[in-house]
Amino acid sequence: MIQIKGIEKKFQRHPVLDGVDLFIDSGDRIALIGSNGAGKTSLIRCILGEYSFTGDLTVSGLDPRKQRVAVLGQVGFVPQLPPPLRVRVNELISLTAKLMKVSVKNIHLVAQQLGLDIDRHNKQIFFKLSGGMKQKLLIAIALARDPKILILDEPAANLDPDARETFFSLLARMPEDTVMLLSSHRVDEISGLVNRVVEMDQGKVVLDEPFVPSTEQGA
Amino acid sequence: MKQWRAIAWQDIKESVRAWWFFIYALIFGGTVALLFILGVTESQILGFMGLGRLLLTFIQLCVAILPVFVLISTVRSIVGDRESHVLEYWLSMPIALGDYYWGKFLGRFLVIFLPVFFALIGASVWGLYIDITVPWHLFWLYSALLVAICGCFLGFGFLISTLTRHQEVALSVSLVLWLVLLLFMDLILIGVMLQERASPELVVSIALANPLQSFRTAAMVLFDPRLAVLGPTADIILDFFGRVGFLLYALIYPLFLGFVSAYTGFLIFKRGDQI
Repeated sequence: MIQIKGIEKKFQRHPVLDGVDLFIDSGDRIALIGSNGAGKTSLIRCILGEYSFTGDLTVSGLDPRKQRVAVLGQVGFVPQLPPPLRVRVNELISLTAKLMKVSVKNIHLVAQQLGLDIDRHNKQIFFKLSGGMKQKLLIAIALARDPKILILDEPAANLDPDARETFFSLLARMPEDTVMLLSSHRVDEISGLVNRVVEMDQGKVVLDEPFVPSTEQGA
Repeated sequence: MKQWRAIAWQDIKESVRAWWFFIYALIFGGTVALLFILGVTESQILGFMGLGRLLLTFIQLCVAILPVFVLISTVRSIVGDRESHVLEYWLSMPIALGDYYWGKFLGRFLVIFLPVFFALIGASVWGLYIDITVPWHLFWLYSALLVAICGCFLGFGFLISTLTRHQEVALSVSLVLWLVLLLFMDLILIGVMLQERASPELVVSIALANPLQSFRTAAMVLFDPRLAVLGPTADIILDFFGRVGFLLYALIYPLFLGFVSAYTGFLIFKRGDQI
């Protein structure tokens, strides 16, 4: 599904990705962990085709830099920090629905499951919503399209415990062949969701192994 | 709806909510109102009076202040979105880079052109209401000049926006560009060139390569067909271009410059890191 071979990325001669090799297959649910500056976000940005790099990276056999529309048509993405979009909530939903060819109703439905009543906030400017509401809306937009690949950069950081639980249960109900790449500082936060852990440090993959939650290990 | 149209429409909606747009629209709309209040329509210059006189004053003010307004308000479009992580989010959507870039460009063009165009329309409608003859030929020519000014400086703004990584740098570069263009307007340029004993043709060519100068001269040629206010320089310009030829040059050349700048910006945007 996602093939990464020896990709390198430098900023002013400083390597942020240093020969990363990674093969992600359908159904892989990966906890991408590592400290700040380890290269997690840079790797995600390369997969999304937003960074130029050297090396090979394909998503379903496609180059995310040259065939970005086809690649991103399969991807649902939730950023680490909600961007300060100066659009009304209803405008954001209608625009993203158009761009991703998904129904507005679907987005409302997922938002409702996350405890966000969009009708109440329809006319509000997105960046004036609370951090949790913004995150819920972005998650709803990403999940509403049934993506083949879900990339979540610290997705639950702003969520209250209830919303976090609902969110994780929504993720757990995603089709089995969905690829999930969940970036996090700590694996225990997302341990119930993943079946593989990839750790990065100083731009390199330093650990890549299947992940079995401790309860299963004990069984 | 095509993606670039959706992006353009979104940019328009976001821009009209921003403070800079409010101030921008107020300045240009307010200028026309002020010119009416001050009785400019009653005064006369080189035989021009009534609404023609008002439109002439308005276009001269536009030539002076519109470029810097366009630069300041547009230069932050791409670099600002990049810094605030807005670009990261939009570009995670299945949008072609061209649709995003040119959609933003079109949206921003309409946002900066329409207030000045509506100010011209407002002046004409008010002129009709108070029974002043509207010089429609001037109205359309000035509208075309405004399209050229907006397109030219919008192109410069987008190029700077893609070249820079920080809003402050983008803003500084745009102000330096504006100052350089101001510095190379006729008087200072001619002073320097005369000291260096350059040929008049060279001086005029350099001056007219400056879009600010070509707008200013085009605005003059509309009310002063022989460009008497420019003195002997007028002979060089009119002998080479003719009046209509010069007007065409003043409309096409800045638009060409703006498009080349915007397209160069697009190539840079497409090739490097988008965020």
